[in-house]
Amino acid sequence: MGKITIDPVTRIEGHLKIEAIVENGEVKNAESSGTLFRGLELILRGRDPRDASQLTQRICGVCPQVHGTASVLCLDSAFGISDKITHNGRIIRNLLLGSNYIQSHVLHFYHLAALDYVDVTKVAHYEGNNPALKSIKKFISRGALGPFAPRYEGDYRLSDDADQEATAHYVQALDIRRKAHEMLTLFGGKMPHNCATVAGGVTEHPTVDKMASFLWRLNEIREFIDGVYIPDVIAVAEAYSDYFGIGAGCGNLLAYGVFDLDGNDPDYLTRKRLLGSGTVSTDLKLGQVDAFKIAEYVKHSRYEDSTTGRYPANGETSPQPEKDGAYSWLKAPRYDGRVYEVGPLARMAVNYVAGDSAVKNLVDPVLSHFDAGPSALFSVLGRHAARALECKYVADSMADWVLQLKPGEPVYTEYEIPDEAAGMGLVCGPRGALGHWIRIQEGKIANYQCVVPTTWNASPRDDQGQPGPIEQALIGTKIRDEANPFEIVRIVRSFDPCLACAVHVITPKGNELARFRIS
Amino acid sequence: MAKSKTEEYPVLWLQGGGCTGCFVSLLNSVSPSPRNIFVDEIIPGKHLNVRFHPTIMAGAGDLAVAELERTHDQAAGAYLLVVEGSVPVAAGGAYAMIGERDREEVSMHSWVKYLSRDALAVIAVGTCSAFGGIPSGEPNPTESVSVQQVLSTEGINTPLINVPGCPPHPDWFVGTVASLLLQGLPKEGDLDEYLRPRAFYGQLIHENCPRRAYFDEGKFAEKLSDPYCLYELGCKGPVTHADCPIRLWNNGVNWCVGSGAPCIGCVEPTFPDVVAPIYEKITDDALPNIGAE
Repeated sequence: MGKITIDPVTRIEGHLKIEAIVENGEVKNAESSGTLFRGLELILRGRDPRDASQLTQRICGVCPQVHGTASVLCLDSAFGISDKITHNGRIIRNLLLGSNYIQSHVLHFYHLAALDYVDVTKVAHYEGNNPALKSIKKFISRGALGPFAPRYEGDYRLSDDADQEATAHYVQALDIRRKAHEMLTLFGGKMPHNCATVAGGVTEHPTVDKMASFLWRLNEIREFIDGVYIPDVIAVAEAYSDYFGIGAGCGNLLAYGVFDLDGNDPDYLTRKRLLGSGTVSTDLKLGQVDAFKIAEYVKHSRYEDSTTGRYPANGETSPQPEKDGAYSWLKAPRYDGRVYEVGPLARMAVNYVAGDSAVKNLVDPVLSHFDAGPSALFSVLGRHAARALECKYVADSMADWVLQLKPGEPVYTEYEIPDEAAGMGLVCGPRGALGHWIRIQEGKIANYQCVVPTTWNASPRDDQGQPGPIEQALIGTKIRDEANPFEIVRIVRSFDPCLACAVHVITPKGNELARFRIS
Repeated sequence: MAKSKTEEYPVLWLQGGGCTGCFVSLLNSVSPSPRNIFVDEIIPGKHLNVRFHPTIMAGAGDLAVAELERTHDQAAGAYLLVVEGSVPVAAGGAYAMIGERDREEVSMHSWVKYLSRDALAVIAVGTCSAFGGIPSGEPNPTESVSVQQVLSTEGINTPLINVPGCPPHPDWFVGTVASLLLQGLPKEGDLDEYLRPRAFYGQLIHENCPRRAYFDEGKFAEKLSDPYCLYELGCKGPVTHADCPIRLWNNGVNWCVGSGAPCIGCVEPTFPDVVAPIYEKITDDALPNIGAE
């Protein structure tokens, strides 16, 4: 029996440590721990509620926009204007978030995940004229391979040509993700951390020149998604097809929905969205989401047991660093007491099962290409495929939205900050279901709580001993070579973890933590 | 042969109490592109050899951490240390841990002390590492400090350059590195009192703002999304030193005030506490006498 410790897990956002106990070549137990804490919820207390949309974006530099979005939805509801956002305000918010989706999904596949499947060193033998590959070939010939080496060695299965082509796409994707940010910036001001997303709508006005510029930047990106990104995911899936059977996880999926198509319903879970809310499990039955079934458990987290099982708005963060049996700073969010995975797979599966024809038309051809049923989606490759197809769906939809903007009409709705109020913002970010909860007292933030995607996915065991989604995805996995545990990093990265988001919640108690060590 | 002519500058990029936004911003660099920065010779004959970077490096775990040790031992005095994120010092540094040494987790604080001592120079990229930033916001739950505070506490004299911003503009980082490679370490007067390159942080936002004429005429926006000067809505441009209005962001597409939102002062040591509330007017006594000699 051996223990594989991967600390840090690189090519994710943030600080993650994975420990896996391997017996006879199979993972018997797995624990995931975050290793960075900042305490943003505490920093928010006592501040002007409006500042939350700027400060919470700083939870994550890869996906600031979804925190900005959840935050303004939360503030809108606290200010009583969630159904009063203007047409332009709603659409520009969708365009900002959609641009961030594209940036994040492209970055994840090419710059975070691909090096687990693509052997960049094959470019050493490149003989063609692609300037990026010639440049990488020269780089390799200098002998200094950082950051592409050292790495796990062995299981790279693509042909030389495919490796070289994928490497060229790695470089091309750098441009594409940059352009997605530039597209966002047309209406958002700057990125990362845009300033145009505010309670009440947005600050930037649509003009025809911006709309046209947005559209044609988007169209270039859509060509990349159709012609490069999706084909590359298919090519990787063909070469590594056993990963349709690896990393299934907990088998329960949860989505809050994202991209408001109608702003008149004040309830975010029932309002019409491009990707609707719901739950689905391996039985492929659709369930409705009831926010009050969300609770956070702490038996195996470093918090006092008395705070377990609470609805997030009533959440409390009372640390107990040396608590017996606790191994993570992440709480364990559960829905109706059960373990749920969130992310692109959850959104696509929920809307597939709900019968959304656009989603079915994207997913069915891929399933039939691999002669697989929907159950194959519950896997490492299912997550990558869902992410790529969702990227296309969102990008294609944005091309319609941008033309629905009405220059000259308002983007912003005025409001009064109430002395006492509560609000909730539920939406999905690229990495999954995100909830922000606020309580306002005397016009200031009295409590602010975020339950973020990676807290769901990387959560530890709950009070009933149920392991979190990533832990479940690891347990039972066969490891071919313990010195090069590709399976572990491929499974973990398929969830696109964002630890900066997941472990933003912490209250320290002086020097009690001096003796603390995560392991 | 080109091989023998290329000077390799090993780069170690640490991430502490941050959000990765500074690095994502650097990926938005246009000319040079990320490929030019990390693969090509960023300056002819000089190549940045990124030996450790949590967001992009192929290796993980012990393989990755070994690169920190190897570079420290083999390239003492010759590597660049880039620090993104604050350095939490509470609880013995337990709030930010990076990898293990002899099965013991090692704190960001330890790595910064260990690696900065023997670096050619340290670049603190982003407001968190330059000044503490958001994690050090009241009540500073993790006792986050800046790189400068760590160096000063430890008596480490390695040259330090602060490139703040939440995030910094990619040109500010690239320009700082290019300056190091072309002209050597900063000379007297190159940096301001906060160790920021004057080339990028030498002027106030307010001095170059396209809405400045409205300020002078007394035309102020009354609500967000209005045209006119955003001073009454909390713009911190009059107390913020950066060239955003001239440089513009994201390939010149836009910038904060350009999109109708007030400057939030993200490059200043006063971010995020003194510049808050974001949407409230700064007090008049904080306003410098713009244009006066």
